[in-house]
This record gives sequence, C-alpha cells and structure tokens, in this order.
Amino acid sequence: MSTLRMFRKKPDDPGFFGKLGFYFLLILGALVSIFPFYWMFVVGTNDKGAVFHVPPLLTIGDQFFENFKRVLDKSDFFQALGNSLFVSSMVTISVVFFCTLAGYAFAKYEFPGKNMLFVFVIATLIVPQQLGVLPTYVIMAKLHWIDSFKALIVPAMVNAFGIFWMRQYISSAVPTELIEAGRIDGGGHFRIFWRIAVPVITPAMATLGILNFMTVWNDFFWPLVVLKNKEHFTIQIALQQLFTTRDGLDYGMIMSATFTATLPLLVVFLLFSRWVIAGLTSGAIKS
Amino acid sequence: MAEPVITSPHAESKRPFFTEQRRSRFTAYTFISPFFILFSIFGLYPIFFTFYLSFFKWDALGPMKYVGFKNFELITTDPTFWISFSNTLIMGLMGTVPQVMLALLLAVLLHSGMTRFKKTFRILYFMPNITSIVAVTLVFSTLFGNNGMINWLLNGIGLESMAFNSGWWGVKIAISTMVMWRWTGYNAILFLSGLQSIPMDLYESAKIDGANRRQQLFFITLPLLKPFIIFVSLQSTIGALQLFTEPYVFLGQSGTGSTRQEGITMVTYLYSEAFRNGFFGTAAATAVLLFLVTILFSVLNMLISRGGGRQTGGKKA
Repeated sequence: MSTLRMFRKKPDDPGFFGKLGFYFLLILGALVSIFPFYWMFVVGTNDKGAVFHVPPLLTIGDQFFENFKRVLDKSDFFQALGNSLFVSSMVTISVVFFCTLAGYAFAKYEFPGKNMLFVFVIATLIVPQQLGVLPTYVIMAKLHWIDSFKALIVPAMVNAFGIFWMRQYISSAVPTELIEAGRIDGGGHFRIFWRIAVPVITPAMATLGILNFMTVWNDFFWPLVVLKNKEHFTIQIALQQLFTTRDGLDYGMIMSATFTATLPLLVVFLLFSRWVIAGLTSGAIKS
Repeated sequence: MAEPVITSPHAESKRPFFTEQRRSRFTAYTFISPFFILFSIFGLYPIFFTFYLSFFKWDALGPMKYVGFKNFELITTDPTFWISFSNTLIMGLMGTVPQVMLALLLAVLLHSGMTRFKKTFRILYFMPNITSIVAVTLVFSTLFGNNGMINWLLNGIGLESMAFNSGWWGVKIAISTMVMWRWTGYNAILFLSGLQSIPMDLYESAKIDGANRRQQLFFITLPLLKPFIIFVSLQSTIGALQLFTEPYVFLGQSGTGSTRQEGITMVTYLYSEAFRNGFFGTAAATAVLLFLVTILFSVLNMLISRGGGRQTGGKKA
C-alpha cells in the first residue's frame, strides 16, 4: 500500500485517521491485556511498599530473590509446583488417550445407539460442575481419596469436550479407506488405531493436550474442596494461601510467587500459541 | 463408516462367536466406555444424588433425615442467599454484556483487511486467558487497592477514590473487571474465527449493490456471526453464574473466607454452606436452584439472541 493511497479517500476506506483510530484501539487493547503480567513482575521485583507507591512504580527492581525467599519460607512453593505438574500431566495424558479413542470410535465405527450416545456426550457439556460437587465429595470421602491426587485425577481422566473435538478432527482427517485397508491386511482394531490413525491426528491430540493441561493447571474450586494438607496443595491453592497470610499483605512476596507460577504456562503458551488458538477456534463451534 | 469387513481369512473357517461385525462393535463400545463409566460415577450419579440430597438434612457424616422442601425454604428465607443471588446476577451482567460487545468490536477490528500483525495481536489478546484466575485476582487486588493504581488514575482524572475492596459497588466493579480482562480476548478470538468463516464474495456482491461498511456489518457480518454470538453469550452466561474463584480469593484477604456480602455469589454461598458450615442439604438445594437459574438464563439467552438476530438480520441467511 503506497502512502499516496493511504490519503486518498474511497467511499469504503476509513482514511488515514480512521486507520489511526483502528490501530489505537487495537494497541490499547493489547496493552491492557499484557499490562498485568508486567505489573506482576514490577511488584515482584520491588520492595514491600512498591505496590502503593504514588505515582505508581513502573520500573523493574532488584528485590526478586529477596521476595522469593520469603515465599519459600512461607510455603512449599516448589512442591506445590511439582504437584500441579504431576496432576496436570497425568490428567492430560489420560484425557488425550481416552478422548482420542472415543472420538475415533464415534468417527469411524458403526454401532447401535451411536448417535444417541454422542448426543448424550455433548449434552453433558451443558451441566454445571457445581451441580454434582457435593456427592462427588462424599464419594471421594468414601473412597478415602480426600486429600489425595486421585481425587483430582480420576474424575478428570476423560471429558466430553475432548471426545467432541477429537471426533470432529478424526472424521475429516483420517480416511476410512485407510482403516479398511488395515483391516483387510489383518490388523487388530487397536493396532490400526495406534499405527494408522494416531500418527495422522497428532496435531489435534497436541492441541487437546495443551488446552487440557492449562485447564487442569488453573483449576481452583475442586482442589480447594478436596485438598487438606499443605504438602498436597496445587500451585493455585498455594498462591491463594500466601494471600491469606494474616501478618499484613506482603505483595512483593505474593507477586514474585505469582509470577514464577505463571511463567511456565506462559512459556508453553507462547511456544504453542498457534496450536492453542487454532484448537480453541476449531474445537469450540463446528456444526 | 466402517462397513463390516469380512475378508479376514479366519472368519470362514472358525465360525466364531465374534464375527467381524460383532468384534468391531465390541471394539467401539470398549473405546467409548471410559467416558461413560467415569461419567456415570463422577457425573451422572452425583447429579441425581444432589437432587435427592436437597430433600434431606445432612452433615455428610451422620444419618440423613428427610425434611421435604425445608432446605429450599431455609435458603430462600436466608437474606444471604438472596444477596448472593443478586450479586451473581449483577456481576454477571456487568462482566458479560460489555465483555461480549467489546470482544465483538475487537474481532471486527482484527478482521478488517488492513490490520497487520494479526497473529501477534491474537496472541496478546489471548494471553489473559492462560493465567490462572488466582493469579489474575492477586494482580488485580493490588491494582484495586485503596492506594492502588486504579484509584490513582481515578484521582488523576479528577474523580474520587473508590473502595474497591470493601464497597458494595466497588467490589462488584473490581470483580467484573477481572472477569472481563480474562475473557474478552478469548471471546474476540472465537468471534474472529467466526468472521473468517464468512465467505468474502458476500461482501463483494454487497459492495457492488452499493452497501456501505455499516450496512455490510448489520446485514452480512452480524447475521452470519449469529451462531458464534449465541455460543459466546451462552458460555459467558453460564460462566458468570458459576463465579467463584475471583470473589473467594479477592475477598479472602482477611482470612475469614469470602462470605462477605459485597461479593458473595451463589457458588460461594454453596461452598460455605457445605464445606464451612457442614449443611449439605441446604448446599444441595442451592446447587439445584443454581442449575434451574442456569437453564432459565440459557433459554432466555437463546430467545434474546434469536430475536435480536432477526431484527438486525432482516432476511434470513
């Protein structure tokens, strides 16, 4: 686009100032989006008083390790991080495996009740999580799973969204002829799934995995309900615990912890952002 | 779809119970069974049990005592429940309506042909969503502090400071802002993918017919985006009704938990009834009411979006 054309107004063209307004709004939106991340870091690297400095402090300080040391005194930060990593990984591996299997069956097999069962799967998406929370808690208590990772992992091992999302992808990405050819060659059902389907649909599995990992990593309500002991806390609960400290709020400490806890996910997201966003948009709404 | 393939060399000779068709059906059921097994135990059964439980007095330990509709009576005569109910609706409205509109605006801006760095913007807008709500709430509670940045900005433009962490409106504004910050970009990305699915030649032919930008927006973009608008507002409504973490963490700073009236929501009410007070019956009744409200609002949402679509759409696409 030449500069000359930017100034010549066509009936359809918003013109130079229109364009300026466009970019102004877009950049403003982007700044609002990322400012809290920066702010987290600013507070986390400055001393205690920095949060309520007037005018607001916007420069990065050098107190990060001091602040973070207090985090380690007050909480089992790295243990909590490890717990989150463990729970999220277990859930994600399981979700990806079982949802892919189920999605594959719904996409490529014929069996009585298939449509009805699939509609049922979709319908479960609408039911709010809180509706079943109390009895689920009681079940966990009966199983003696309260305060154990099993309570977090087992109920989440497969979910409706994942099945839906994998089915959509598999229907279009895996040619039925390929599967039939595999059958004719005498391959077992699981073997065909593993050797023929899975390699083709790895991108979809990766997207599902990342989306799921983020959801589990960020979950707060259910871990809050079932986890009792400090050593089992996930990172979200550990962060919240720092915030409830009675002896005055030490924001430098809180933010150094929050930032450190956010960083891994941020890095993963930035590395895989294309997949995440593509997954989100194609998985969310499709006929 | 997988036609029964009966070409396996062993099929004829063995004449087994497992014919090829039976085997493939069996496999399919096996593949989908993990979901149905887990969902029956940790989804379906608890849902029915919640309805059952709402008619009993129970502390989750001792024997259950049938009380009929007493639980519903108890919570509907509890002023705190109604505060939590109205808080949920007020914050839901404050957090959802402007958010969806803002998301739509951002998506339209991003979609317009002249936007460069589209991918970068998408990533930046999506970033708030990957942060945990706990982290978001912690960050915003410093921004909304009495001497925090937001009040500093308010003073800067000549307004008075607001008690964002204790005032009736202050708390609601703070919490809905957190919700908006987290979800606007996410919804904008959804809208954007909707916009990208609209065929360009529709706009071309509209231009030939002399439609200007506004007309294109109202007669092509919005009507064709309707499924996305319905989906996003439905999802946001359901999410808003389940608001929990933001008020819980934001108001939990005194160590007393978050049953503070300025920000108590239906789910916080449910949580404190069950896990703080040990009243599982009334908590179950709250869950049932929450479910009914969710259905009510989902239906309402559908009706509004449908009606709204017809008005702006003019002709059916």
